Amino acid sequence: MTDTALPHSSRDAHDIAHLELVPRKHVGRKVFAAIVLILVALLIRAFVVGQIEWPVVGQFLFAPVIIQGIWNTLLMTVAAMSLGIALGVLIAIMRISGNPVLEYIALVYVWIFRGAPALLQLLLWFNLALIFPTMGIPGLFEINTVEVMTPFVAAMLGLGIQQGAYTSEVVRSGLLSVDTGQYEAARTIGMTGMQTLRRIVLPQAMRVMVPPVGNEVISMVKLTSLASVIQYSEILHNAQVIYYANTRVLELLMVASFWYLAIVTVLSLIQSRIERHYARGTRGRTTI
Amino acid sequence: MTSEILVKAVDVCKSFGTFKALDDVGLEVRKGEVSCIIGPSGSGKSTFLRCINLLERIDSGAIWANGELIGYRRDGDKLYELSDAEIARQRRGIGMVFQRFNLFPHKTALENVIEGPVQVLGESPKAAREHAMDLLNRVGLAGKGGNYPAELSGGQQQRVAIARAMGMRPSLILFDEPTSALDPELVAEVLDVMNDLAASGMTMIVVTHEMGFARNVSNTVAFMDGGRLIEHGPSARVLTQPDNPRTADFLKAVQR
Repeated sequence: MTDTALPHSSRDAHDIAHLELVPRKHVGRKVFAAIVLILVALLIRAFVVGQIEWPVVGQFLFAPVIIQGIWNTLLMTVAAMSLGIALGVLIAIMRISGNPVLEYIALVYVWIFRGAPALLQLLLWFNLALIFPTMGIPGLFEINTVEVMTPFVAAMLGLGIQQGAYTSEVVRSGLLSVDTGQYEAARTIGMTGMQTLRRIVLPQAMRVMVPPVGNEVISMVKLTSLASVIQYSEILHNAQVIYYANTRVLELLMVASFWYLAIVTVLSLIQSRIERHYARGTRGRTTI
Repeated sequence: MTSEILVKAVDVCKSFGTFKALDDVGLEVRKGEVSCIIGPSGSGKSTFLRCINLLERIDSGAIWANGELIGYRRDGDKLYELSDAEIARQRRGIGMVFQRFNLFPHKTALENVIEGPVQVLGESPKAAREHAMDLLNRVGLAGKGGNYPAELSGGQQQRVAIARAMGMRPSLILFDEPTSALDPELVAEVLDVMNDLAASGMTMIVVTHEMGFARNVSNTVAFMDGGRLIEHGPSARVLTQPDNPRTADFLKAVQR
């Protein structure tokens, strides 16, 4: 028996309330924290002493062209994401509709638009006039594709349609997360399929869908920068226009980075608000 | 009891793959009658109940409820399958209470009760609300209207589910093992509400393992085994002097 073992006979040994408590040292934690802090300091120093003219960054941060780019980025995010969510819900409902033709079409949609790179899809829409010079219903109306397919429309279709393929999977997993008992309970009070979806299933599916859709909105903010390639005047495009003129490439990229980060930060705050709204009726389940 | 027949099932068959869940089941339930369906698990009791309001589609046979052929419209010598909307209309008159309550978790107790009346029957929210408060009061949950299901005990949730079914003013309520998912001490409060409901003249078909309820409250008892309806009659007789030896064996096993 070692001296740390409990002496069963002694009453004094159990009376430990008056002893001094020595907390754990956490030596390892402190060492790692110090190493990481040093690395971060070196990184900050590199940017400070590097060849970036910070005053130029400040000068262009609120330039009218950049502000205009922010609005266009936000507009494109809303437009493409709205289209994506609308298509996503539609495709997800087609997948569970029980109609084999609709199910198959939904599958093919997801397969194609999830399979091609977003940039490539943007270029396809933008250059649609090359294969379809005019669009319309024969005999009713006809329009020139070039006039319709502005950078805005091309970017919205390209980003929104590929987003619909991803969002449909999120919506579908949301719909599947709702217990079949909910569908049955809705039926027993005489609800039709659409009523059941709208009133009972989708509101519950939202709780599951909001975090991933929030992530997708945030991805979309950054994805809109692809539209710069087809001359849509969003943040990155406008920053590029300026640096082609004044050659301050890195400074303007910093300006663009700042604004993307700012937008994403605001959106993250909104996302947590929405999550709280749809969590009503459930007990908090943030820890395992 | 000689009132009109509210539910009539004739030669109902239903298979899941190769498993024959229901085999020529026939049953009549009169208006105001409380009918218990008892039997071992897997005997087809719940499946039969779910066929009455078309949660399951039957393979052959026919079920009438509230004077209508369920799921079909007869025109001359042809049967036409009903549309979704017509099936939904037939279900309005048939309430259902589930083993696992199936309350809408994103709605409060009160909202659960008024959902059907407002969305399906088109009642004004105000009238539906008053009716719902009255129903919650009847099931002993007057102060719980604002609570979400997750904030209620199992027994309270099941009582809300009963109020929800009653909110549609059905002529018949189906109970699918309403006390089987409850902690033993919560069973009585749900059975009490069902007693009151039975006393008020509601027609009820109750799939249950509660022999006390079958004996004391129900008018008739049906015994099912292996997808067949073995025996059906006044509860006092079926439960004390069953004709069929299988019924006797089952009763002996559950009353041990």
